[in-house]
Amino acid sequence: MKAEFWNGNMAAAQAVRAARVQVIAAYPITPQTHTVEYIADFVSNGELDARMVKVESEHSAMSACAGAASVGARTFTASCSQGVQLMSEVLYMTSGMFFPVVMAIANRTMSMPVNIWPDHQDSLVNRDSGWLQFYATSVQEIYDAILCAYKVSENDDVSLPAMVCYDGFILSHASEPAYPITQEEADDFLPRAGSMERPILDPENPLQFGEVLFPEWYPDYEYKKHMGLANSINVVRDVFEEFGERFGRKYEPAEAYWCDDAEIILMGLGSMMSTTRWTVDQLRQQGKKIGVVNLRVFRPFPAEEIAELTKNARVLAVLDRDIGYGTSGMVYPDVTRVLYNLEKRPVALNFIIGLGGKDIVPSTIERIVELAEQGYDGKAVYWPDARGPEEGIPYTEGLTL
Amino acid sequence: MAVKMKNVPDEEYLHQGSLGCSACPEVLVFRHALKVLGPNTIVINATGCLAVVMQMAVPKVPHFHVLFENAPALMSGIDDALKAQGKREGTNLLVVAGDGATADIGLSALSGAIERNQDIIYVCFDNESYMNTGGQRSGTTSFGARTSTTPVGSVVQGEDRLPGLRKDVVEIVAAHGAPYVASTTAGYPLDFMERLEKAAKVRGPSYIHCHCPCPTGWGVETKDIIKVSQLAVKTRCIVMYEIENGVRRPTRKVSKKKTPVLEYLKYQARYRHLNEDSPALVELQQAVDDGFEALMAKMDDE
Repeated sequence: MKAEFWNGNMAAAQAVRAARVQVIAAYPITPQTHTVEYIADFVSNGELDARMVKVESEHSAMSACAGAASVGARTFTASCSQGVQLMSEVLYMTSGMFFPVVMAIANRTMSMPVNIWPDHQDSLVNRDSGWLQFYATSVQEIYDAILCAYKVSENDDVSLPAMVCYDGFILSHASEPAYPITQEEADDFLPRAGSMERPILDPENPLQFGEVLFPEWYPDYEYKKHMGLANSINVVRDVFEEFGERFGRKYEPAEAYWCDDAEIILMGLGSMMSTTRWTVDQLRQQGKKIGVVNLRVFRPFPAEEIAELTKNARVLAVLDRDIGYGTSGMVYPDVTRVLYNLEKRPVALNFIIGLGGKDIVPSTIERIVELAEQGYDGKAVYWPDARGPEEGIPYTEGLTL
Repeated sequence: MAVKMKNVPDEEYLHQGSLGCSACPEVLVFRHALKVLGPNTIVINATGCLAVVMQMAVPKVPHFHVLFENAPALMSGIDDALKAQGKREGTNLLVVAGDGATADIGLSALSGAIERNQDIIYVCFDNESYMNTGGQRSGTTSFGARTSTTPVGSVVQGEDRLPGLRKDVVEIVAAHGAPYVASTTAGYPLDFMERLEKAAKVRGPSYIHCHCPCPTGWGVETKDIIKVSQLAVKTRCIVMYEIENGVRRPTRKVSKKKTPVLEYLKYQARYRHLNEDSPALVELQQAVDDGFEALMAKMDDE
């Protein structure tokens, strides 16, 4: 098919249409709003045969999606920032009930101070809610990731909800060429909605959901959920491979760029990884041996890929567009957990950048490379784009250890 | 049409055994609710006593205990999903919740479901406090009542908000323009069943507020619990009425002869600190009288 000129929110809406989602429940929040407006247009024009639950809060949005999923429907919502946090307790209920809801998150930081611009605080704080998390670096990838997310989530061996995350404004509002697939191709790629084997609420076969599980059995249930999410990495790999075969766009859970001989590897997720790859292209021309790993999937966590891709590097710079206040970014500890027990491992440094939509530009990446070249000197967490005590003097000191 | 004892189905939709307190009227009326609605029903249960009780008295219909405040939102998703799947016809969607889930933490979700004209039946069992967590006060606790968070002390005695100011969810829902709204009590189960029968026939949202005295939380002897529930009506603390397409009508005739509120309170340990000479009792009686008169003045039909 020929390319369309879509912004990220349109790409998300178009994927929802292609997936023949049956119930959409969402509440407005910038910069996600267009997604739902576009879907409302599709439904109003008869281009998508779906019901929209025009709820009064994000908490109810996620609850309505869970309800729709409890009777077997394919569901979708979109949110970000405060909205995702308002639904937080329902995120746990949804994954605990193994409802394969798909949610688009147009990443936006958390208030206060008030700020509507992107970072990954909103999705990453929910990394442990039992949801899969896909991250996109382009408009095309949003579209593709949502289609893949339905395929993975509705796999009976997974049956877990998924977030598809893309940076607010940078991707949600910026238009790029994107290649859609035909309805026929989408129908062929995805299972028919409602064809899963999971139990649903049905008067013909009455079941009881959502009851107490006592301490004796609680760890067993949690272990199943944990292993279900961990093992979904295999389904993700298979689905990406099938998607690549069908449509020519090949994805991997962790994607290497110039990594084979890299002494320094920059690792992170989201749209900043496009900037990072571009900057590394320039640095490579200067003879610097630098590589990039883009984490397309953060849950399940691509631990094997990370260990394999970074084993020969001297320094691993983990870029976090988020902060765990008082310690480090949220990607960093998961990555270092993988490295710690390996015999051969790089030094791992953490760079907190782009919070609240601060532009991540090539010079930001160059500064990170300069700091990474120095290696470990007792400090691990750097803030290369935060302004220091005096205007124009960046804080690069980081925390000790 | 009035529901008569002889017409009540023998079929039981709850398995035997109950984790409810002895004489709990909530379990009683929930059992009746399922008799009215029958097997083609999906029950969404907000967190509360009933959700705990249902672990043993398992319903023979699909039953989903959800979170505290999201039952009407979740049921909205079911309503729309069944419509999207072409399977909506013939299934009753029943939300059951307590007063805490309804009047307090879940009020906006309830409001949203009604405003969207979701085709659901919502039944609130109101025992005037958070009994499942040990009896803390809620937005429907009546004035002067002792609860675990409104103790009777030397400075403050029981719930101390203004006597007339508890949340009137019946009128809040009615103000949305819901097609069917009713106030009933566990003490008159046939009336409850009749209200539910009407609610089930409504296209769109219906709301039934069922006043449910709590033997444990209120300190009422088990043998007196139905009497106390009926005394709530006889003393005019609770008015049984319905609002059908905007028309207000009492569903149980109120005796012209007024029974003093103390007749209702004297069976309840939560009011043991009040007696005939208590200024608080005078205030409470006045609030009940004022509330009753204001409501009767709004009735469209005898």
